[in-house]
Amino acid sequence: MIMATAITTDPMLPQPYSVREVAKETPDTFTLRLEPENAVNKSMFQPGQFSMLWVFGVGELPISISGDPALQDRLLYTVRSVGQATHALVNRGVGDGVGVRGPFGTGWPLEAARGRDVIVVAGGIGLAPLRPLIYQVLRNRKDYGRLVILYGGRSPRDLLYRKELAAWARHRETQVLVTVDYGGLNWRGHVGVVTTLFKYSRLQPARSVAMICGPEIMMRFVTRELETLGLSRDDIYLSMERNMKCAVGFCGHCQYGPHFICKDGPVFRYPQIRNLLEKYEL
Amino acid sequence: METLERIIAEHPFFAGLDDSFVNLMVSCASNLRFKAGSYILREGDTANTFYLVREGKVAIEIRAPQRKPIIVSTLSVGEILGWSWLLSPFEWKFDARAADDVRAIALDGKCLRTKCEENHDLGYEVLKRFARIMEERLEATRLQLLDLYAVK
Repeated sequence: MIMATAITTDPMLPQPYSVREVAKETPDTFTLRLEPENAVNKSMFQPGQFSMLWVFGVGELPISISGDPALQDRLLYTVRSVGQATHALVNRGVGDGVGVRGPFGTGWPLEAARGRDVIVVAGGIGLAPLRPLIYQVLRNRKDYGRLVILYGGRSPRDLLYRKELAAWARHRETQVLVTVDYGGLNWRGHVGVVTTLFKYSRLQPARSVAMICGPEIMMRFVTRELETLGLSRDDIYLSMERNMKCAVGFCGHCQYGPHFICKDGPVFRYPQIRNLLEKYEL
Repeated sequence: METLERIIAEHPFFAGLDDSFVNLMVSCASNLRFKAGSYILREGDTANTFYLVREGKVAIEIRAPQRKPIIVSTLSVGEILGWSWLLSPFEWKFDARAADDVRAIALDGKCLRTKCEENHDLGYEVLKRFARIMEERLEATRLQLLDLYAVK
């Protein structure tokens, strides 16, 4: 069972935060570092959880937390500018205010992964909600077996955290494989979809836990591949995404079959949602 | 050090095939090295060989007028490169370039083709193995075409 963290304040009341840094990751994706204006607010979150970010006068957005859970004085969010609200968010300047609700939802199952190999499969901006998990595993390296990170992106210029990917690969017992759908002649890495990386990864399916985040079609094919390789369904976790409004299960915007993504997810154990992933209507 | 015989015999592609046939493939196999940037095979050339990649990365490319070649996919350690030797007109449809220094085992596709014509049981086994590779690559290509990470 994946547990959601209890929220101590009114979950509908945004807390005042300030933008401290906006870092460009790719041409359309930025990482914002927010710090609380009120020193009482501490960013206690579990890897995999998300917040609702208010851009006052524009709108509110669910954004996964992409920073290090050990650094409680700040919250990091990696945001792709694709619409009016995300555009306004990434264009906040240093010192500007942003309202933050949360953290909400379930996190990655770090306890279930203890003592086992951890397979991280990410596609596109799906690496952002997995980054806190990677930090956590690398910080507590002896508590886990091998860490295998498989990451697929659209093109080299669309890859997130490129320097960190290279740094993670230098950690002991850590394998990082990156692929792109479209690679120019200067790209030295793999070209192909993320599922093609499995044959180069040194997996031990019987002692592994897999955590996946990316476009839903990608996740469907990744779960199939993992099952073919011999991973138990119970050891596969996915982070799901739907439109959200309240983030606490009141409004029903993010209903997914019998679940609300905001409070029962976003991280689900594969058997919880396997039949839903196969439904055409959902 | 791994011998050519052992590498071929233990590769999943050859698993379950008759020993005498595997031995025949070993007898006409050769170890090759390709410098980074050099071409392993070129579109339009006669296809009589296929390769088992042992080290490095191979870029499958298609050339385009007035622009640089486009990399369609990459192949790496343990993968099979090339199936045009199996199907008429036995010509390569793409270029394959060593993306970095590549070591590969070249296998005689023409010999295998002849053997498959003479022995249809063997031919069926070989076709099944290549059908699996083709299916995997077709599935990957379809996913690639979806452009999953683009803004919708």
